[in-house]
Amino acid sequence: MEPITIITGQMAPLPRANVDTDQIIPAQFLKRVERSGFGPFLFWEWVHDAEGELDPEFIINRPEYADAAVLVSGPNFGSGSSREHAPWAIEDRGFRAIIAPSFADIFRGNCHNVGVLPIVLADDEVARLTELAEDPSNTVTIDLAAQSVASGDLHATFEIDPSIKNRLLNGLDTIALTLEHADEIEAYEESRPAWKPSLSAVLSAEY
Amino acid sequence: MLDGSMSTPRTLFEKVWDEHIVRSDADGADLLFVDLHLIHEVTSPQAFEALQTAGRPVHRPDLTLATIDHGVPTVDRELGILDPLSKKQIDTLIANCERTGVELFGINDPRSGIVHVIGPEQGLTQPGTTIVCGDSHTATHGAFGSLAFGIGTSQVEHVLATQTLAQPKPKSMSITVDGELPPGVTPKDVILGIIARIGFNGGGGHVIEYRGSVFEQMSMEGRMTVCNMSIEAGARAGMIAPDETTFDYLKGRPYAPAGIEWDEAVSYWRTLSTDVGARFDTEFTIDAADLAPYVSWGTNPSQTIPVTEMVPDPASFSDPLERDATERALGYMGLESGIPITDIDIDVVFLGSCTNARIEDLRAAAKIIEGKQIANGVRALVVPGSGLVKLQAEDEGLDQVFLSAGFEWRDAGCSMCLAMNPDVLQPGERCASTSNRNFEGRQGREGRTHLVSPAMAAAAAIEGHFVDVREWS
Repeated sequence: MEPITIITGQMAPLPRANVDTDQIIPAQFLKRVERSGFGPFLFWEWVHDAEGELDPEFIINRPEYADAAVLVSGPNFGSGSSREHAPWAIEDRGFRAIIAPSFADIFRGNCHNVGVLPIVLADDEVARLTELAEDPSNTVTIDLAAQSVASGDLHATFEIDPSIKNRLLNGLDTIALTLEHADEIEAYEESRPAWKPSLSAVLSAEY
Repeated sequence: MLDGSMSTPRTLFEKVWDEHIVRSDADGADLLFVDLHLIHEVTSPQAFEALQTAGRPVHRPDLTLATIDHGVPTVDRELGILDPLSKKQIDTLIANCERTGVELFGINDPRSGIVHVIGPEQGLTQPGTTIVCGDSHTATHGAFGSLAFGIGTSQVEHVLATQTLAQPKPKSMSITVDGELPPGVTPKDVILGIIARIGFNGGGGHVIEYRGSVFEQMSMEGRMTVCNMSIEAGARAGMIAPDETTFDYLKGRPYAPAGIEWDEAVSYWRTLSTDVGARFDTEFTIDAADLAPYVSWGTNPSQTIPVTEMVPDPASFSDPLERDATERALGYMGLESGIPITDIDIDVVFLGSCTNARIEDLRAAAKIIEGKQIANGVRALVVPGSGLVKLQAEDEGLDQVFLSAGFEWRDAGCSMCLAMNPDVLQPGERCASTSNRNFEGRQGREGRTHLVSPAMAAAAAIEGHFVDVREWS
């Protein structure tokens, strides 16, 4: 993963509550086995109109928002399915951060693993950013080390778990970090009772 | 720590969490050991590929089980997988399992089916375990007093490589439902009623423990339905303390402990309840008598009301975002404010999903429709949760009850719950569904989903519109 330090760019406003991962990327696009290339399916039903043509009014279709790097949306963003394809699609489309009043838990964790920064700000701060984002000439600067967001007259700070912050700032491989503690995992494994479930312990092949 | 003898009173969740800590980080995250990792074709291929690229093995194939459920067709299986992308995805899982030694229940294995149905059915889902899966409905397994939650593909890769997951500790929430459930009110109605009260993200950041006489008296199937939809209230997981009902369900299942190990396991499992005096971060209490059969009207599961009520008016919401969301939802659903729920006509009935496709669900629906015919113009599908559920239902003659009434009797899979296979709503079609999500497009582009219990879905199939099962015969 690439380290995240400073993110500067245009904001795309999407002031809707409860944007679920089925809206971010519908299930019919989850059949690919590749990790990349999900961007064209982002917000599929919203970027297309009833006739299946690109809707020129939808925010991420508007040419003046072509370079948007930060999505500003409503509460409970990323609710529903655990599909990591959702942040993959967001990342693939060029977004590097999402700002909202709250996020669904699994989605937020997935964003951290993908390298898209989910930022929780207060309702009034998100509302102000949404207003600022309506003018595509405005930009936002996010400083992960300082945990700050600045755009126009708005200066806000955000919380982030210190271990996640460190991982994102340095672009660390979480599996390599865990494997540094392989001896502790092994010690735990040796302490587990024999009756814990195991696929190698089937008692009867018949059912 | 297996004797549970710690001085501070702890919740069930805290006991299971503490038991699985491999190490605690200075900055707050705990590295948890994962007892059981369930995988399926949709959220695992990128994880396996990344592992292979990094030259990392699967650390514990013996604690990993794979099934194929999201993309499988539920009819004409002998034709194979016709969708080339689904076929490639399924073939990729088969190849990954062969290469790494992970056990896979293949499509034609009767033990295969929806991942959250087969784990319990095989006795792999056990009290006090940690269970993860690249699927948000992993919360289902919490019905056994396990800590079970959905993860993303990067985490699937992490668990494959290390059998652990680093997690900040969630908060705890208790939801107590005491009293007697009114007749006609099912476990599905209990969880829909809870979500309608606490909200679509009311459980955000929390692990819920469901407590009280209603859950104590509930079957394992019912408890699974309740825990399954914990994620629809935004919760990380849902749990119910194990008891005799749990032990009776597990005893004798293929992967359950046996002999002296069974006795050892049960004596540990009996310690898995919340201590007197343990504190929850958040508490809710609901009187069972206040619950009714529910029907969702909107595009998230909290947009749900009792079957006796009318479709709400956006103007009745003071929060502008909620008002806007209600307007959007009514527009998408093609509904007008103020009409009775029972006036809503339906086109399709879907009886299936990890929420409601177990034997008890099929029995409840069959009881409603026995000797009747589905309404003209209604298409009704039954998709059992696993091959074994299907076989058991056929043993009991339920397939004939469904077929005689005009239902389609299909093979197991996720099917129309998320419409990744050919089972898809057409634009504008309205569905009474026993599944868990009524999101826009969830069951097919422009499809309209109403979440209900199996009994309510079955009655709607017969009448062609929603009815109050309590007053219907």
